[in-house]
Parts: sequence; C-alpha cells; structure tokens
Amino acid sequence: MDLFEWQAKELFGRYGVPVTKQRVVSTPEAARAAADELGLPVMVKAQVKAGGRGKAGGVKFAPTADDAESHAKNILGMDIKGHTVHTVLIAEAADIGEEYYFSFLLDRANRSYLAMCSAEGGMEIEQLAVEKPHALARVAVDPVAGVDDAKALEIATAGNIPEAVRGQAADVIRKLWDVFVGEEATLVEVNPLVRTPDDKVLALDGKVTLDDNASFRHAEVHEAYRDTSATDPLEVRAKELHLNYVKLDGEVGIIGNGAGLVMSTLDVVAYAGEDFGGVRPANFLDIGGGASAEVMANGLDVILSDPSVKSVFVNVFGGITACDAVANGIVQALSLLASRGEEVNKPLVVRLDGNNAEEGRRILSEAAHPLVEQVDTMDGAARRAAELAGKVA
Amino acid sequence: MAIWLTKDSKLIVQGITGSEGAKHTRRMVASGTNVVGGVNARKAGTDVDGIPVFASVAEAVAETGADVSVGFVPPAFTRDAAIEAIDAEMPLLVVITEGVPVQDTAYFRSYAEERGVTRIVGPNCPGLISPGQSNAGIIPADISGQGRVGLVSKSGTLTYQMMYELRDIGFTTAVGIGGDPVIGTTHIDCLAAFQDDPDTEAIIMIGEIGGDAEERAADFIKANVTKPVVGYVAGFTAPEGKTMGHAGAIVSGSSGTAAAKAEALEAAGVRVGKTPSEAARILTELMR
Repeated sequence: MDLFEWQAKELFGRYGVPVTKQRVVSTPEAARAAADELGLPVMVKAQVKAGGRGKAGGVKFAPTADDAESHAKNILGMDIKGHTVHTVLIAEAADIGEEYYFSFLLDRANRSYLAMCSAEGGMEIEQLAVEKPHALARVAVDPVAGVDDAKALEIATAGNIPEAVRGQAADVIRKLWDVFVGEEATLVEVNPLVRTPDDKVLALDGKVTLDDNASFRHAEVHEAYRDTSATDPLEVRAKELHLNYVKLDGEVGIIGNGAGLVMSTLDVVAYAGEDFGGVRPANFLDIGGGASAEVMANGLDVILSDPSVKSVFVNVFGGITACDAVANGIVQALSLLASRGEEVNKPLVVRLDGNNAEEGRRILSEAAHPLVEQVDTMDGAARRAAELAGKVA
Repeated sequence: MAIWLTKDSKLIVQGITGSEGAKHTRRMVASGTNVVGGVNARKAGTDVDGIPVFASVAEAVAETGADVSVGFVPPAFTRDAAIEAIDAEMPLLVVITEGVPVQDTAYFRSYAEERGVTRIVGPNCPGLISPGQSNAGIIPADISGQGRVGLVSKSGTLTYQMMYELRDIGFTTAVGIGGDPVIGTTHIDCLAAFQDDPDTEAIIMIGEIGGDAEERAADFIKANVTKPVVGYVAGFTAPEGKTMGHAGAIVSGSSGTAAAKAEALEAAGVRVGKTPSEAARILTELMR
C-alpha cells in the first residue's frame, strides 16, 4: 500500500524523524484556518500518490492565509497524472539551505535492502540517477545486520552529506530505518531531506510503501491509512467479497484460478480479440484454489454487473482444485444469481482441464444452460469469448 | 537424474498436523515420495498416518536423516520455522506458504545465504516435483510423468498448464519458484542446475511481470546455457501500478513489463511463445 505524503510524515514523526507541523484539509476554508493555526508562511501541497506534483502546479508557497485559501481552491479537484486531488496538506514552510535525497528500499535483484543517499537532492530520483549518477550513493543493507549508528554514518558519508550536519543526517537515517523495519515498509523515501540555514535537518516530504502481506501485524496503521476514494467501485465491491479482482478496460470478463494462469488468460484473450475489433479483457479475477459455488457466484456477480462486459471466459486448470467442483460451482452460481433476481444475459465460455476435467465437462453439458458454452482448449476458448464480445458489441 | 530432488530424497513436513500440511503430506506419499517425518513442537510423539511427528527440525534430522523440508506453516510463523530448518542445516527447504511478509523472507533468505548450507525454494510457491521420483510440495503428480524437460516457473497454475501441454515428453524436474518479490531460488539457479543435469535435454522457463529476474535470466542463458530454452511470459495486458495476484507481479513505470522480458529472452536466443500452448508447440518441435 502506497501512503500519502501526510501519512508518511505522520509515521516519521512517531519515530522521532524531524518533520514540519502539518494539517490535512479538503476545503479552501479549512486551508485558511490551518494556515492561521500553524503560523505563516505555509506550503499548500496536493495529496496524490504520484510524482511531479510541483511541476503540475500542485505545490504552492503561501505567505498569507488568503494565499493558502486561494491556492487550496485551485489545487483541490486538480488532476495530476490521472489522480484527482481530494485533499491538500498545509505545512509550515521551512527555510531551505540545501536539499538532499534519501531512501531505503527493497532491492529485488539482490534480494536485500538498499539505501540511496545524495547531497544533491530536490529533483526526482529517476532524474537524479540519470543526470548525476556519481552523486547518488547506493549502499547495500543486509536484512540480518540492519542499520546501526555506524552504518547510518557510512551511508551519510557515502552520500557526501556535508560534515557540519552529517551526524544529524545519520541520526535521521537511523530513525528512518526504524520506520522501515517497524512499519514493514518496502520503500521509505525522503526527497528532499533539507538542511536549514541554522543547520537543522528536516524531512520535508515523504513517500512510504507498506507491505500488504504484513498487515496482520500492523492492523491499526493499515486500516487507518487505507484509501478507498481512488478505487473503482467494482474493485471496492470485489474487495468486500474477498475476491482478488482488478478492473481493466475491456469487454471480456475473466475468471480463472491462479494468478499466473489468469494473467496469461488476459493476454490470450487480448491476442484473440485483435481479430474481433480489438476486444480486450475486462478484469483480472483469481478465484484461487478453493473455487466454491459461493466464490464463483460472487465472482460472476461482480463481473456481470460490469456494464462493459459483453462475454465471460471462465478458464480453470484443475491442479488441486477439482473441475467437477468448479462445474458444480458454475451451475449453482447461475441459479444463485437467478434467485437473487440478477439477470444473467451474457454468454459464458468455459474451459476446464486437469483434475476431474471430464466429470466437470459432463456436469456442464447435462445442466445445458443456454448461455454456457464449453471449449476444450485455452486458446480456442479465448477466441470464442472474444468473438462473442465482438459480435454483441 | 533430476535437480535437487530424487528418489533418494527424505522429506519432512513442517506443519504436518495442520489441515493443508496433512492433506498434502498424503498426496506426496501417494505419489511415491519418501516422507520420513513431520514437525510440530506441541504434538511431538504423535503421528500422521504413521509418519512420526518430531518436536523440532533438528530432532527430525537426527532421527531420520531427512534432507528436504517442506513448510506449510502459517505466514506469521514462517520466519521462525525457516530459521529452525536453516539452523538444522537442512539442504533443501521448500516454503509453500502464501502471504509471508517480505521482510521476513528477506531476513531468512539472507540468514540462509550467510550459513551457506540451505537452498530455499519459495515462498508462495507450489514446490518442485521430479516425476516418478519425489514430490516436495503441492504440484499434482498425475499431470505428467518422468521425461526430458526441465521447467522453471513463477506461477503454480501455469506450471500445471505447461506440464499438461508437455505431458507426452515429460519432465526431469519442474520447479515452481514463487511469485513473491523476494524468493530463495531464482530462474538462474534453476537454469544452471538444468544445464548441468545430464538427463535434462531442454528447458522451459515461465516468467511474469514484475522485477527484472527474466532479463537477468536472459543474460545468464546467453553466457552459460547451451541446451535449448523456450520461454513464456505472462502479463502483457497488465496495467501499470496494479498488483496482479502475486505480491511481486506489478509493473512500476517502464520496469517489469512482459514485453521487455520477452524481448530480452528473444535477444538471448530463447524462443518465446505468445501463449502457453504456443510455447509448448515450439518446445515439442525442437525436441523432435
């Protein structure tokens, strides 16, 4: 889960990382009140989970409360890289002497962690890495050893942080490590980390990604910071039903078992769709190993309520899952939906292979539902589903 | 022959008394695997279908000479269970558990590397199977028999699909390495082992979006693999910034895309199928 800047800095504060005072608001009036409360001048910053906010005009300096209100008015509702601004952060404006860059992240390639530090911050990391690679220190961090004071100082030194504030920066780095480990993040980034004219080190911005797999140990934080505003309503509904669903922009609804197979199904449908006017998959939905009638019904329910869906492709390879159970699930799901009063009027193409496939196919044949059609191969079934979606359109 | 898992392998199951652990232990035994014990500190001295349950991995190893451990322990306890197996110097540890926090995996993976004895497969994987010899995990044993192909895949169900497509040729070993951002055994580890295995004649490699493991595997193939390799990559239609089921399956910016992976593999001389069936056809033709 990616956090908003205000959430990241709130967490930083809890671990003793120096940050400016801040308030999150969603109206221009509240922006004015917050500016008055914090003391002028303030910064007004769009809260979206995207980079380049400054360039897009989403970050403004406000010397007066009037300015804070009018900047907030302009920024709220703004679109930044496809993200609508629903809230702005009002933060004390700090005097900036120098800007540094710092981050801890999961290093997938080396299967460990990486600290990145540079005395030349203030630009996006992608730009920094390309334009000044020599100035960006990359220091490997062993997951077992972690970061102690000596390691933090090593990182600050490698990043060429000036001696006058190096000790302070190392202290901040050590605390950011506490955030990284304590909150089980996969990314903690501060850009810029600033040195004020009176030689204080401050985190002026924050970007944090938390590990969803670790939420059972951090229920409170994960729950408090969950963001439903940006999510598609079908995704919200699927989540309530505990379905592993991602909304896409095509016409063929997809249900399958196993993340890899479902991803592959999307691709195969997209290839087949090229011959039928560019028909594409409408969603990712992995019903996992246990494919019960209820899970199938919930899955079909969500997919069929997507108005852009024209046909549905159910693609199951029975490994542990038995295909007869899946077939029964489909049959029961259709009658369950009918009993809920939901009209099922979109064709379903089903491909069953693997564990008990013959029995599963027999069950579907005998049920002879007018909208259910079986095809033996994955490629053939994808083609048929794409064709049906193309025709109806 | 096969890689890492043979008819001589002696397996123990960590979490043998849990519902998943017990179910899959039975399946492993039914397919001819030599399961010599299980571990659960609170149920030591009991048995599961006559398989003795030990208090610790160390005790199980001392009593049975086990050289493979398969873990079905819940995510919250996976790290401790893995460290126990590593401390007992288990040569092969297969972590089936899905949903392990990545910092836990990073920790026990580094811990194992520093000790230099234990190979970890997973987490969040179906395990590995050397058909006709031994089965360490949850891959159904009846999809395909013993044969000449080595398979490595991030995905469980795509492994099953591909084994089904290639059942007439069969497999030396099929390894599901898992879809998490940090995993113990990589595509490259498997490619190197298959290259060295005299019975493996060709290799099929299944990748998916996220990270750059496939790109690095491509470099490795170019420099080190002389056996034919056929590839398949899932996730061409995946949008940026959305996790597709696996914790590691996410395109961030321009990195981790399926197109970049397929391109890197093709540049290394790997023939890449557009669909699993097409990849299987290419491999079948190559082996004729």
